[in-house]
This record gives sequence, C-alpha cells and structure tokens, in this order.
Amino acid sequence: MATETLLKTNKHSKYISYRKILYHRFFVGLLLFIVVSLVFTVLFNIYAGSSPRTEIYEPVSLDLVSLQVTKIKINAPYSAPRYTNCTYWSCFNVYKCGRGGHDKITIYIYPLREYRTEEDRLISQLSKEFYEILDTIRHSKYYTANPEEACLLVPSIDTLNQNTFSSKHVSQALQSLQYWNNGENHLIFNMLPGGAPNYETVVDLNTSKAIIAGSGFNTWTFRYGFDISIPLYSDVARGIDNTQPEQKNFLIISTQQNIPEDYLAELQNIASSSNDLLLLGNCKTESNRIDHTKRCEYTTGRIFNYPDILKEGMFCLVVRSARLTQSVLMDILASQCIPIIIADTIVLPFNSHVDWHRLSLYLPEDNIKNLLRIVHSVSKERRGELYWQLRWVYERYFATIEKITLTTLEILNEKVFPLAARMYEDWNMPEHLYGPVNPLFLPVTAPKSPGFTAVILTYDRVDSLFTLIKKLVRTPSLTKILVVWNNQKKPPPPSSDWPVINKPLKVIRTKENKLSNRFYPYDEIETECQLTIDDDIIMLTPDELEFGFDVWREFPDRIVGFPSRLHVWDNVTSSWKYHSEWTNQISMVLTGAAFHHKIWSWYYTYKMPVEIRTWVDDHFNCEDIAMNFLVANVTRKPPIKVTPRKKFKCPECTNTEMLSADARHMSQRSACINKFTKIYGHMALKAVEFRADPLQYRETNSGVPQLYPDIGSL
Amino acid sequence: MLRQKRFNEITLKFAMQAKKRYILLLFSCSLIIYGYLSGFRLKTELAQKIRREQLPSFATLEELYEAPSRQKRSPHATVKSCRMETCFDFSKCGDEPKVYVYPTDGPVSATYRKVLSVLRESRYATRDPNEACLFLPAVDTLDADPLSPEHIPDVAQRLSRLPHWKNGRNHIIFNLYAGTWPDYAENALGFDPGDAILARASASETIFRDGFDISLPLFHKEHPERGGAAPAATANPFPAPKRHLLAFKGKRYVHGIGSETRNSLWHLHDGNNLILVTTCRHGKSWKDLRDERCDEDNREYDKFDYEQLLANSTFCLVARGRRLGSYRFLEALAAGCVPVLLSNGWRLPFDERIDWRRAVIWADERLLLQVPELVRSVPPERILALRQQTQLLWQQYFSSIEKIVFTTVELLFERILAHRSSKQREALIWNASPGALGTLATYGDSRAHYPMGVAVPMAPPAPAPPPIPLPVPSVPSIAPPPTPGDTYTALLYVQATSPALHKLLANIASSEYCEKVVLVWDSERAAPTLKSLARMAGDDREPLPVVVIDATTHYPGEGVSARWQPLWAVPTAAVFSLDGDAPLLAEELDFAFRVWQHFPERIVGYPARSHYWDEAKDAWGYSSRWGGAYSMVLPGAALVHRAALALYGAGAPALRLAVRRARNCEDILLNCLVAHLTRRPPLKLAQRRRYKPPHHKYRSSWSDPEHFVQRQSCLNTFATAWGYMPLLRSVLRLDPILFKDPVSTLRKKYRKMELVTS
Repeated sequence: MATETLLKTNKHSKYISYRKILYHRFFVGLLLFIVVSLVFTVLFNIYAGSSPRTEIYEPVSLDLVSLQVTKIKINAPYSAPRYTNCTYWSCFNVYKCGRGGHDKITIYIYPLREYRTEEDRLISQLSKEFYEILDTIRHSKYYTANPEEACLLVPSIDTLNQNTFSSKHVSQALQSLQYWNNGENHLIFNMLPGGAPNYETVVDLNTSKAIIAGSGFNTWTFRYGFDISIPLYSDVARGIDNTQPEQKNFLIISTQQNIPEDYLAELQNIASSSNDLLLLGNCKTESNRIDHTKRCEYTTGRIFNYPDILKEGMFCLVVRSARLTQSVLMDILASQCIPIIIADTIVLPFNSHVDWHRLSLYLPEDNIKNLLRIVHSVSKERRGELYWQLRWVYERYFATIEKITLTTLEILNEKVFPLAARMYEDWNMPEHLYGPVNPLFLPVTAPKSPGFTAVILTYDRVDSLFTLIKKLVRTPSLTKILVVWNNQKKPPPPSSDWPVINKPLKVIRTKENKLSNRFYPYDEIETECQLTIDDDIIMLTPDELEFGFDVWREFPDRIVGFPSRLHVWDNVTSSWKYHSEWTNQISMVLTGAAFHHKIWSWYYTYKMPVEIRTWVDDHFNCEDIAMNFLVANVTRKPPIKVTPRKKFKCPECTNTEMLSADARHMSQRSACINKFTKIYGHMALKAVEFRADPLQYRETNSGVPQLYPDIGSL
Repeated sequence: MLRQKRFNEITLKFAMQAKKRYILLLFSCSLIIYGYLSGFRLKTELAQKIRREQLPSFATLEELYEAPSRQKRSPHATVKSCRMETCFDFSKCGDEPKVYVYPTDGPVSATYRKVLSVLRESRYATRDPNEACLFLPAVDTLDADPLSPEHIPDVAQRLSRLPHWKNGRNHIIFNLYAGTWPDYAENALGFDPGDAILARASASETIFRDGFDISLPLFHKEHPERGGAAPAATANPFPAPKRHLLAFKGKRYVHGIGSETRNSLWHLHDGNNLILVTTCRHGKSWKDLRDERCDEDNREYDKFDYEQLLANSTFCLVARGRRLGSYRFLEALAAGCVPVLLSNGWRLPFDERIDWRRAVIWADERLLLQVPELVRSVPPERILALRQQTQLLWQQYFSSIEKIVFTTVELLFERILAHRSSKQREALIWNASPGALGTLATYGDSRAHYPMGVAVPMAPPAPAPPPIPLPVPSVPSIAPPPTPGDTYTALLYVQATSPALHKLLANIASSEYCEKVVLVWDSERAAPTLKSLARMAGDDREPLPVVVIDATTHYPGEGVSARWQPLWAVPTAAVFSLDGDAPLLAEELDFAFRVWQHFPERIVGYPARSHYWDEAKDAWGYSSRWGGAYSMVLPGAALVHRAALALYGAGAPALRLAVRRARNCEDILLNCLVAHLTRRPPLKLAQRRRYKPPHHKYRSSWSDPEHFVQRQSCLNTFATAWGYMPLLRSVLRLDPILFKDPVSTLRKKYRKMELVTS
C-alpha cells in the first residue's frame, strides 16, 4: 500500500512540479507587474506634483545657539517697493488659504537665520520682542510647518525697529526668500517706522505686496482692510499692576518728555492757569543722563516717580511727536488712566476691531487750547464707561507681545474667514459690565398670522390632556398642538381615542422622562411663538389665551404667562425664598402656561449652563424657574403676567396632604433659586409691579363691544 | 538524581544571579546614558534660555521717546488725498452746523430734485450761506455716465461758477454712477471734486478717501422720497424656515468689466435650494452678443419671480454689476434677505459708522464656487441676528431718500462735532434701535443717556471740575441724566390756576419718586411765584423744589410747543408731562413711573386715544372712544424720556410750524415721533373710574367740535409728512398686579386706584 502511494505521488510530483513552475512564473509576473506599476505611479505622481504629501515637515526651530549664517551678496536683487494701492482683494492670494479648515488660516515661519552682508555685518539685529512674536506664532493654532500649505508666511528677519536693520540689505534678503513671490501673503512686523528727519509713518522697506502689521501708520500710509495697525509695545507697561488708588489726585496728567515745542507751549499755558493739568517733563540732573523713572513738574520742579504717577490721573495725555504713536499710550492704558490722544490722522492699534471711542478721548491738534473745556464736558457716565474699559482692553489685546501677536493673527483670520469673526460686542463690551446680547433685538410687534404652537408636556393624565386639547383648539391663533409624551413605559393612546379637532396635532415620544423635554426646540414647532402648557391647566379660556398671545406679540422677547411667582430675600436665613402668595410684585411666570419665543427653548437646550439643566433633570423640578432665570439673564427684562390671578391648583385635592407637600415643594423651589443665583453669579430675576390686562377689562361698557370678554372669570 | 537536581538548582541560581547582574549593569548603563543625554539637553536648553534672555529689546527708551528732529523735513514728494484735517474748514461750523443748499438753476434730474428738497426742508438747512458749514450744490452730479439719459452735461463748469465753491471746500457732492462703458472708471466723474466731500455709490477701497468720502447705497429712481415702506420681515422664526437658501435673479453681461462673476453663477444653480438665474436678454443687441448658454439661462430665468425669491430665501446674492454696487443690496435688505456680497473691494454704504458684520456675509468673487458651502455653514442663531439687523438698518437708514441724505449729513455733522468737542455717538447707537437719526448727536455722550443703555459703575472720584455756571434757558450744556434713574421730574403745562391744579400739586408733593417740578406757565396773567411745594403732614422729606417758567417771555409765539422746551431745567431722564388739571393721584404718579422704568423708550401714561382709517373720507380719523385698542397715550398725563422730548424740540421745522399754527396737536406729534423712532406702541395704564362723562376732557377747548376736526387734520398732515402712518396699535393695558383682585385691599400697594372717585 505504502509503496503504491509513494509511486503515485512520485508520478504525480513531476506533474506537480511543473504546475509549481507555472505558479511560480505567474506570481513572479504578478509581482513584477505590481512593482512596475508602483514605480510608474510614483513617477507619475512626482511629475504631476501631487505626491509630496509623503514629505514630513519639521516645525521651524527657533534655536538661537547655532544659527545658520546666510550671506547677502552685494549685487543680489532687491524686492519690489511697497505697493501703495494694495487691497486684500488685489494683493492677497486667497487660494493659498483654506488648507487649515474653513475657519482657520495657516502660517509658516521661515527658518531663523543670521543674515550677514559680505563684509560680515549683521543686516538686522534680532530682538527679544521679535523672537517672542515668532515663538507665539510657532505655538499658535495657526502654525504650519509646511510652506506649501501656508496661507501666510512670516520672514524671520527682525524689522521691528527701523534703526536696527539695514533697509537695503533686508530688501535683498526678502527677495532671496524661497517663497517670496513678490511678497504675496507675507506678513512683516514693524513697530518703530521711519527715522530722522522725515519720520515716515510706514516702515522704510521694499515690502512689495506683503501685509504690514505695524504701528505708527497715518491714514495715508495705512492700506484699508489690508494692513494691520498694532500697538507700540512698551516694556514699562508690563511692570504696571492693576491696583488702583481709591481716588485720583489729578484730573489730567502729561508725562511725555518729547512733546513738540509748540504744543508744549500751549499746554504750559493751560497748566499755568489751572490746577487741572499736571504737566511733567524731564528732571534736571547734574550728570547729563536722563533718569527715565522720574518726572518733574515744569513750573515747581516737584519730582514724581514714573510710571507710578500715571495711576493718579483721571486723564492722561498722549501727544504726537517725532512719530505718531507713542509707547506711553500703553503705559497709560495699563495704569487705567483715560488717554487723551492728540495726533491727527493717526491710525490707532487694531482700529478695525477695537473701538477706541470706548477707551479714549481724541483731541484734534488745533484744538489743544480747548483741552480743559472738553475734559470738563465728559459726563460722569462716560467717564465710568471709559475707565472700566481701559484695563480690560489692555489685558485682552495689548498687555504682552503674545497677546498683540495673537490679536493680529485673529484679525487676519477674520479677514480671510469673515464667518469666523466675532461680533462688536465680543471685541468691545466686557460682559461683566454690559451683560449678554439679547438674540431678539428688533423692536417689533410680532405678526399675528403665524399664530402659536402649543407644547403640552404629559405623562399619563390622558383625560385631562384630552380636555385641555379640546379647550385649546377654540383659541383662534392656535396653529398646532404638540404633545410631548414623557412616559416611556406606556405608549400614547391610539389615534382613534384622541379628540377630533380641526388643528394639526402631533405626538412626540421622548426617550427619557426629563422635565427639560418640554423645552427642546422641536422641528415641529414652526411658529416663532410657543405656548408651553401643563396637561392639567384646563381653566384658561380661549379669550385669555388669545389675549396672552396678543400680549406676547408686543413683547416677543419675554416670557408672557398666567400664573406668577416672586423671589424675595430672606434676611433671617440670608438666602432667597420662593414666594407664591398674593403679592404686589412678580418676577417669574410659571411655564405651566406661558408663551415664549422658540429661541429660548434653543437657548435652554444648548446655551444654558449644563449644570442647571442637570440640576433640573436630577431634581425633577424647577425647569420653569430655570427658564425664567435664563431669559431674565439674557434680556435683563422681567416676564409679563397677563390677566388676574386664577386658582391653578386642582380644587378637589385634600387639604392636609397639600400643606405638607406644599412646604416641601416650596423649600425645594427656594433651593433652586439659590442654586441658580450662584451659577449665574448674580440674581438674574427682576421684579415688576404690573400685569397686562385687556384694555376694557373691568371698564364700564361704553357701547363698544369687548375684544376679550371672557377674562378673569373664576 | 538528587545530585543532578541540586546541580540544576545551582546552575539555575547562578544563571539567575548572572541575569540579575546583567540587568543591573544594563540598567545602570542606560541610566548613565540617559543622564548624560538629558544633561546635555538641559545644557542646550539653558544655553538657549540664556541666549533668549540676552536678546536686546527692540528699541531703547531713548528711541521710543524720540523728539522731532531739528533737521528740515524734506518736502513730500507726493500729493496726498484729502482728509478732514487737511481739506475741511472747521472754523465755519458752530455748535449746530448747518447746510446751505444752493438755489436750483438749470436742469436737475427727478432723483436729485428729491435730494435737494428733503435737505432744504430739513432741520439741517439754512438759507444764509454765511452761517453754513456745509454746502450742497444744486448741480446734478448723480449720473456721470454720458450715455445715460439722466446725465447732465457741463457739470464741471457749473460747479466752478458756484459763488462759494473755493475748489469744493466744505461742499458735498452726491454721485450714484461714475464712469461709462467700457471700463466704468470710478474716477471718471466728469469734473474734479477738488476738496469737496464725495458721497458716492459703488466706491471701491482703492479710490475711497478714508474718513473723508462717504459711501452711499445705490437706489432706484422710484425710491420713495420720504417715509418708505415699513420693514417687511417682522417675524423672527427660528430656525428660518425659508424655501430657498440662496437666491439671485438678474442680468448678466456676456463680456466686459464685472461680467465674470455673474457669468459663472449658473454653476451654482440647483433649481431648489440655490436659485441663481441670470439672463443675457437686455440691451438693444443682446442677440448679437449672446453666447451658448443664453437660451438655457433664459429658460431657467423665466421660471422664477424676483419678488417671490426675495421673500422666500434666507440669503440673497448681491453680485457686482458693471459697477461695484447694485440695486439688489437695498432690495435684499428691505426684504429681510441676508445679503451675501460678491463685490470685491466695495466700500459698503456708510461703513464709517454702520457695522455691516452684523447684517451681511462677505463672499469672495475669487472663491465663487465656495459660496454654497459658505452660506450653509452659517449657524441658525447667526441667521436670526443677521436678519433682524437687515430690518433695523433698512428701516433706520435706507428706506427713503430722506433717510439716506440725512444719514450722510449726520455722518458729517458727527465728524464736525468730534472735531469740536471730541464727542461722537457710540457705535452701538448707530447699530441698534432707534439709530442715529433717532438720537441727537449733541444730546449726550454715553449710551446710558438714551433710553437703551445700561449704566456702568462710576469711575473713582477725581478732582472735580469747577462747577458749571447755571444753565441759561435754551442752552442745555450739562450732560443729560442716565436712564432710567430713580426719580422723575413733573413738567406741568399750565394755562390758568384752578382747584384741579392745586390738587395735582399736592399729589405731586406726596409722590414718592418726584424730584422736581417744572411749571411752564403759558398765560397772559402773571406767573405765580412758587419756589417749593410743602410735603404732607408726617412726611419728613425736604420741600419739593419748583421752577416756574413763563413761556410767554421765554418762548414767545411758541404756544403749546413751548411745553417741552425748558429741558435745561429737567435733571432726570424721566419726564412726567402733565396738564395743569390732570386728575392724578400720588399713587397713580408713582405707579406710572415704576412702569416707565421698564419701558423708558415708550410713552407710558393714562389718557389713551386711537386712530383709524376712515374709508368714507379716505383719510385718517382720530378717536377718543377707543374700543379694544389704542395707538396714542396723550402726554397730558404721561411719562416720556427726556431724549425724546429733546428730539421733538429739534424735529422737522415744518411739522412744528403746523403745531404752532394750530395751537394744538403737539401731543399727537409726539406720539407719532416716538412711534416712528421706536416702532413700538405706547403703553396705557389702569385708571380710576370717575363719575364723569365717558370721555373726560382735560382741557376746556376739547369740548368744542372744531378742536376735534383740527386734530383729525393734524393726524393726516403728519402721516403725509412721514410718508406713512407711524402710529401702532396696542390692545393691552398695564395694571397693578393685584388690581381689582378679590383680596383684601390692605394687601394691595396701589389701593386708591381702585376706588371710584369724582
């Protein structure tokens, strides 16, 4: 047997080996084919230029120890001069942007080099501030190491101070940059432009089409919507803390040593005739060295410490000098002294986004003589607004090189992606002073025709629900009924059981039994107004509902509802208490029956502090208080109660049970108020002493039929 | 066996020991290497840090504090374009700058005639060129396109012949269309504007003299002269349930300047969400110029109705035409369709003060194909805000020629004011209701002074400026008080003393929130001398100060208009305007004030009236017998914001003249004005019932029927002047919370209001 099989295999093996060869050949062929095609694809891709994705880019090294030296040849070509007519649309290549997503630009930094002339002189002195700028960009979310996908490119040649670089050589160095391309999408930083005697207001450099982020622009050199005006950084300001004296001892202070002579003469004139202006200059010392930490009054020679003295002034002067911008401006802002800027045609830092009218006074140069009159005419309200704005703006945009750089980048980002832009309020209105922005700011009476949608939250009280539905549909302006079925254990009754009505009705089954479900902005709510109503509120008449809707139309940004409550401060426990008695004031309307705009449901679901929403769902209570807090906090307006008080509790409930349940209920509600107040950081609710009634309510009937006859009946 | 095992154990142990040793060795080795490496890194890091610290600051203090050099500045090689500081003569402008409109002589287009006439009849106008600060030539410069039928030739010569021209200094020149076929050059105006301020449509960023020129919207010939349509989109559904996302319907130019953008729009058209239809069927010879897409485009074009598209679309594309601006911009704004701009480099209308970020979306002509993605990525709450802002801006600045022209003038006046007194209205006043045309530039310097702002904490005390000399009548130099404040001023208009007046004064004296009484005495008889009002017995407050102002000497010939003139004497934002015989209790005064604090922008008070459209007479009717609704609350007993009264005082001269002539209707005018500005109805409060005829008369003259007819005609005069009926109706009345509730009166704060008195 065994031999037989052996023979067989032997016989076979010849055949098999032949097949093996065949196989072998086939696979080798396949392999060859694959290899060849692979090579072809790679070659093709390289030729087509779309494969360098495989390349790995190292982030730029900002290593200062071993800088590579690049020599600029004496006859190297120069970059083209600055294009004075550049706009974002004509000089900026927008096709390079968008690689970082749809709301983020990408920025590349050229490797840090030491550029030297052929005589081995440095063409530009690297400064601490410029290094910080590069470092900030390098670590910002905008940075990319890949020059091919960069939207903006930053040459790492320090051009901050006109005196510390050679304009000629830097122009050559710029031209030698690998991606320069006539300066397109390049960003040049500068803080001190121009030099004696002309003091040009823009950096003297062949920047071609590059964007200049510079300080000291005037309205002629600043290319609107293209350049960015940045502040002149002051190292002195960095050392100023945010403490403030209780009282300001001087109305106006001027500490600048370099005020032009003719303006100084005018100011001396004012100072000599009034105590309101403290005019300070350099102190005379024996040695000729100027002590920059001291200032002396011109007339009396009194010595003051700089910059400490700035904090003592209500207003401080910044006067143009050799250059339009002065670094003292930053010292003044940091000291929370209101700057009075005297520099015609100046372009103030970040003027496209920071509203300088909110933090400074601007005095035309030929109006210096009226300085006192103008300062005196500033009302105390404006003074307060200016004062509280200063430090906030300073700390947000100007305090460090890092903030200056990031603000510059953000402004550029907003230019490229306008949709990502923050609004004026975000840039200029500190929320702790002005509060949030009301999303419904158009002053209108809402149109009547779309009507309102009733949203009924129900669990299992089917009878009461059906009664309510039958009553609701008699309200003329009701458009639709939405039943939010909050019971997961039991399905809603079959459609045959529902009352027959002439308005559309829709049942939504929720996934979880949460109170917040009533404030979900369902797509089915197509009207702007929604009536949130409990399934047991069957005592409201159609007239009352219709009137309630009409009142809401006049106050579309408020909650307008029927049962009302009040919060009061309890001096004994020093906490807030919930109050449901007959009071002369109200601060909440219960959302057991209330009209409000659908946007508030959206706010409740997506914008309200999550802490509150979880608190409501955990305690299964207080969703109405949360809603009242939410709306009052955003709008700073109280709700509106309509029509006289009604009994909203079920009359047949036994009294003793009610009382204890009521006490527990009340203490829980009070706890809610205290909790929400803590989360918002202040008591958002506002109390009012009025309610809305129909015009003819309880009026002697003068022959004119009542518009809403059935109101207030018990 | 056993030995073998032990041997095994020993070798195992040895092996284990060896293993341990090796591991130890390896570990220590790696530690040393690691230590060395990290030390090296530390060293380089340290070196790096030291180098960073050693870097010099970018400038020394000496450089930062550099004073102007004594060397001569080299003369500027280039001629600089105009700025307010260089090309405008501020010395001619006083505290109330005026515009002089040249008399018309020569051909003027219908549109320009409207511009001239609204300005001539405005409060800005003066007839005396010597007291004018701005000049408006009556030379029609609107259309500089010689191919246009509206074009007026020889503009340059006629301008230079103007008596006060002086190279255009302090002149405003309006221009809607510059340049002509084929290049539509922006600076081809047909004349040299010189130092004149150009208010122009379709201005581009490159040609615009920033801070000097003014950018205008492009408007139709049919644009209404005054009034204008009220906002169409008053509903604010969320999210916006529009049928289309983006719409555009318009001409396209097959070739030439500005044609690329519109020519490529068909790529985006999907017939449902994005409706972008164009036609080349325009002009005389379109058939000769047409390209291969024309027929298909026209087919799609005819499927859609323009008005319907505007109303049913969330976004509307505003693509540039031959020039940068297009009519579409205003049409989209009016319809509440958020403009999506495809017009690179266009300076938007009045962008000096209007913040367009709130109302439009910028797209880039270069990135046309990204527009659908762009509009899809706008979040719904942003759409809601954008839409509301379109309505706000349309209504405040663009809905009529009058508004556009006034906004131009207000912009200029604000520059002048900023130059003189370093004041200007805040950006938020310009970009919120009621806007710059609804506030006086000179009224206050903080938003808190207007009925819209939030007051901010005070600044720390500083040395007080010397006390301002007592204000002279007619010059309000002190800053107005912030809104809404805790007290009000009772401003009484008295024509004769009566028992009712004494009763009212006594009630005011016992009011909790009254700070001052200003009594305007308008009678031939001598004004009573009254310095203060004594409080009720048991009330230990200081006596209430009273100022009596004799209108016949201070404001001769003003008549009823004088009642709100002495605002200089009013120290609070809340003004309780009262007729001398208004039968109000102290409780009613206080309740009204408490309500007004929540609605400082509205008129809040007691006597309500209504207007209605009288079909038979084809005119507006005036009614004191309101049924379910009212539209006016008469300031015979109502609270009004001081800023609204100031605006009334500075209002349109023609209307005030009408009031002065009629010696009547000042209350209707105030109601119309406030309704026009705020677009909100007034608020009526609950009132005691009285045993008096159903409509109680506050003034004896009211019983005479002629008086009634006069008021009716006033109403119609005002409606014509505004171009529409500004009044709005309301159905509600505000009552105290427990008003007439079945609860003990002892629990009620306002209990006397429920009693029936005579």
